[in-house]
Amino acid sequence: MARPTSYEGVALVAPFSTPYQRYSIDTAHHWIATALRGSLRAAGLKPGDLDGFEVASFTLFPDTAVGLTQHLGLCPRWLDHIPMGGASAGVALRRAARAVQAGDAEIIACVAGDTNHIDSFRQLLSSFSRFAMDASYPYGYGGPNASFALLTDRYMTEYGATREDFGRLCVAQRANALKNPNAVMKKPLTMEQYLGARPIADPIALFDCVMPCAGAEAFLVMSEDRARALNLPYARLAGAIERHNAHADDPIQLRGGWTMDVDVLWDQAGMAPQEMDLVQTYDDYPVISMMQIEDLGFCAKGEAPAFLRDKDLTVAGDFPHNTSGGQLSGGQAGAAGGFIGMVEAIRQVTGQAGGTQVPGAEHALVSGFGMINFDRGLCSSAAVLTTGARA
Amino acid sequence: MTHPLSPPPKKNPQKRSVSPTRPPEVRSRAALHLTAAAAEGRFALQRCADCGKVQYPPRDACSACLSTDLPWQDMAPGGTLIAETTVQTSPRLYFRERMPWRAGTVQLDAGPTVLAHIHGDVKRHARVRVTVRLDQAGQGVLVALPETDTPNMEDDPLMRALSADPKHRRVLITDARSAQAPALARALQKAGAAIIFAGEPESWRPYPQRAELEALGVQILPMDVTDTASVQKLAGEIGGKTDILINTARFLRPGGVLDRGDTGFARDELEVNYLGLMRLAQAFGPAMCARASDGVNAAAAWVNLLSVGALSNARPFGAYSASQAGAYSLSQSLRAEFRPSGLRVMNVFFGPTEEDDWYQPLPPPRVTASALARSVVDGLQRGLEDVWCGDIAQDLRDRFRRDPKVLEREMTLGGEGA
Repeated sequence: MARPTSYEGVALVAPFSTPYQRYSIDTAHHWIATALRGSLRAAGLKPGDLDGFEVASFTLFPDTAVGLTQHLGLCPRWLDHIPMGGASAGVALRRAARAVQAGDAEIIACVAGDTNHIDSFRQLLSSFSRFAMDASYPYGYGGPNASFALLTDRYMTEYGATREDFGRLCVAQRANALKNPNAVMKKPLTMEQYLGARPIADPIALFDCVMPCAGAEAFLVMSEDRARALNLPYARLAGAIERHNAHADDPIQLRGGWTMDVDVLWDQAGMAPQEMDLVQTYDDYPVISMMQIEDLGFCAKGEAPAFLRDKDLTVAGDFPHNTSGGQLSGGQAGAAGGFIGMVEAIRQVTGQAGGTQVPGAEHALVSGFGMINFDRGLCSSAAVLTTGARA
Repeated sequence: MTHPLSPPPKKNPQKRSVSPTRPPEVRSRAALHLTAAAAEGRFALQRCADCGKVQYPPRDACSACLSTDLPWQDMAPGGTLIAETTVQTSPRLYFRERMPWRAGTVQLDAGPTVLAHIHGDVKRHARVRVTVRLDQAGQGVLVALPETDTPNMEDDPLMRALSADPKHRRVLITDARSAQAPALARALQKAGAAIIFAGEPESWRPYPQRAELEALGVQILPMDVTDTASVQKLAGEIGGKTDILINTARFLRPGGVLDRGDTGFARDELEVNYLGLMRLAQAFGPAMCARASDGVNAAAAWVNLLSVGALSNARPFGAYSASQAGAYSLSQSLRAEFRPSGLRVMNVFFGPTEEDDWYQPLPPPRVTASALARSVVDGLQRGLEDVWCGDIAQDLRDRFRRDPKVLEREMTLGGEGA
C-alpha cells in the first residue's frame, strides 16, 4: 500500500466536552448545539464563521446533518454525516483534514452527540442494523453486551486472559475519571468490586459495560495558519487510518481492521508506538481496548493482558490510557463515545486537560472502533496527534 | 443432562395468567426464507449459485462475488461451539422473563459462523447439531443441539418454547367419530399427553371406535362443530385447559359440480369443514391465546387436518377440495390472528386415507390413520407449521411448487374422448 500524502498544515483546535447526564429530557439537537457552541466559543468564533460541518449521532431521527444546518442556522459549503459510531472521530478527522488541505472548506466543526431518554437505548437497539435484526436480536436480545460477551469469551479462551486482566484496565480508568469533573462515575472502583459485580452477559459483568448517557463532544479542524492567526492552541495530525469489514472470514473477531493499516499509520506518522505519551482506545468493553493495543503494535497478538499487567494505566502512570476515564467511567453518550478519546487527546497534547493532564504530553494515539452490525465491529480508525501549539 | 419435566401443578385460579410476550418478529424478506425452512423443519441457508459461497446472515447479494442468485439449500447441520454467553439481562420483555438465556457462536461445517440458541446439554466448545425452529414470534431461529440426543432433551425450557410437544399437555380431538381419532389418541398418549378430550356429535348414533377411545381413557364430551351452542358449551367447560386442539371434524363426499345436481352436500362440507373450523376458533381460540405464555405447559398449538386438495383441486372430490381450500385459507387468517399470542397453527396435509370409505374407488397409495397420527405428533414435537403426510401429499406439494398451473392442468384433464 502506498503511503498517503501527509496531513501537514492541518490543525485540530477548540476541544469541547459537555458534562454527561445519565438520562436527559432534551434532544440530540440540544446536545449537539451545546457542544458546537462550546467549541466555537473556545475558538472565539461565531456560527457564521463555519463553512464545514460534520456530525455523528444516532438519535437525530428523523433529521440528519442536513436538517441540522437549518435547525442550527448554519450555512456550510461542506457537509458530512458519519454513521460510524465508535470509529467516527478518526474517520471525521481524515475527511475534514483533507477538505481543509484541498481548500473545500476552511473551518470545519466536527460534532458528535446523542441524547438518552428512558427508553431510547432499547429503541436504538431495535433499529440498529438489518443483520442484527435478522440474526442477533432473536437470540436473547442481549444487545451489544451479548455480542461482546461472545468475543470476550473467545479471547479469554484463545489467549488465557482473565477477569482480573480486564479489571485492572477498568479500575485504572475509574481512577482517571475521578479527576474529570464531567465523568458520570464519581466513586472509586476496587478490583473486589469489579470481580464481584452483577453478571450482565457472562463473562461480562456490570463494570465491563459502559453507562449509556446523554452528552456531546466537538472540535474544529482548520489550517495551522488559521489557528496561529486566531492564537489558538492546536494539535497536528501526524497520521490517520480507517478500515471497514476487515478479516470477514475470521470465524469470530479477535482482531480489527487496524492490523491491515498499522504499518501505514506509523510510517506516515514517522513514529513508533513506544513514543506515545498517552493512548486513547475505544473502550466499549475492555477486551476491545486490549485488541487495539495489540493491533496497533504495542505488543503481539494475545499479549495485551501480559503487556498491561506490569503497566500503570492511570494519568500518572507509565502507560496513560483513556485519561478522562474513557467511556467505561466517563459514560457513553451515543456517538459521542466515538469522540471522547479524540477530544481528550487534543486537550492533552495542547496542555488543556486540567486535572487529567499527562505532564508534557506531546504524542497521543487515538483509536476508534464501531458498529457491531451482526457479530463483530466493522469500522476501525486510528490517528496520531502531536503538539502544534500549547495553551 | 436435562431434568425431566414434572406434570404441571394445578393452576392457582387466583393467580393472573402471564400476558403473552414475544421475541422480536421483524425480519428482512431474505430472512423469512429461514422461517419458511423452519416451518417444515429443514435446516437451509443461502448458497451462491455462481461461486458456491454459503451466506449468513441472509443476504440479497453474495459477499464473495456480488451475484444476486442466492438459492436456499439444505445444509449439513454439523458445527462447533466456539464462544458462548449467558445473557443475564435484556431490554426485551420476552427474554427478561426467561433469564438467564444461553446463546453462542457456532462455526458451521458448511462455512459461515452463526449466532444460535444453545441447548442446556451442549458442553463448552463442543460439536453441535444446528437445527431451525419456529420461535414464539413465529420466526425461524437457529438452535444448537448436542451432537447426539441426550435424555429428556426435549424438556429443556428452550425446546418447550420452540415446540408444541404433547408431553404433559391436554389435547382436544374435536370429532371422536373421525376415522383417525383412535390412532391419534394412541399416538398422543404415547407422547405423554396428560389428558385427551374428544368431542362427540350425535351421541345417540353408535360408531365402532367409541369403545376403543373409552379403553384408551379418552374423555368423550358432547360437541358438534355445526352447532354453535354446543361448541361454546364445551369451550366454556374445557377451553381454559385445552393446550392443543386437533380438528378432526370433516365432511367428505365425492363429486364436483355437475355430478351432484344440488348444493346439499356442499352446504354440509362448508358447515363442517369451513364454518366448523371458524366456530371452533371463535369458541376455543381466545382462551388458548390467553394461555399461550403460561409457563412450560402453556397452550401451544392448533392443528388442522387438511386434504392436500386444498392446494389444487383434486377430482373426483372437487367440491370437497373447495371446502378444504376454504379451510386452508382460513387457517392462514388464524395464523395471523393467533400470532400476537405465540399460539401456533399447524396444518397437516394428507392424501386419500385408508380408513375413510369414500376413497374406496381410488387407487393406492393411501394414508393410514396411524401414519397421520405419527405425523401430527412429530410435527408438534418439532414445532412445525406445515406437515406433508404420505407420498401423495408430498408429490402434490412438489408439483405445486414447481408450477401451480401445470399441476392444475394435470389435475383437470378431461380424458381421451372417442
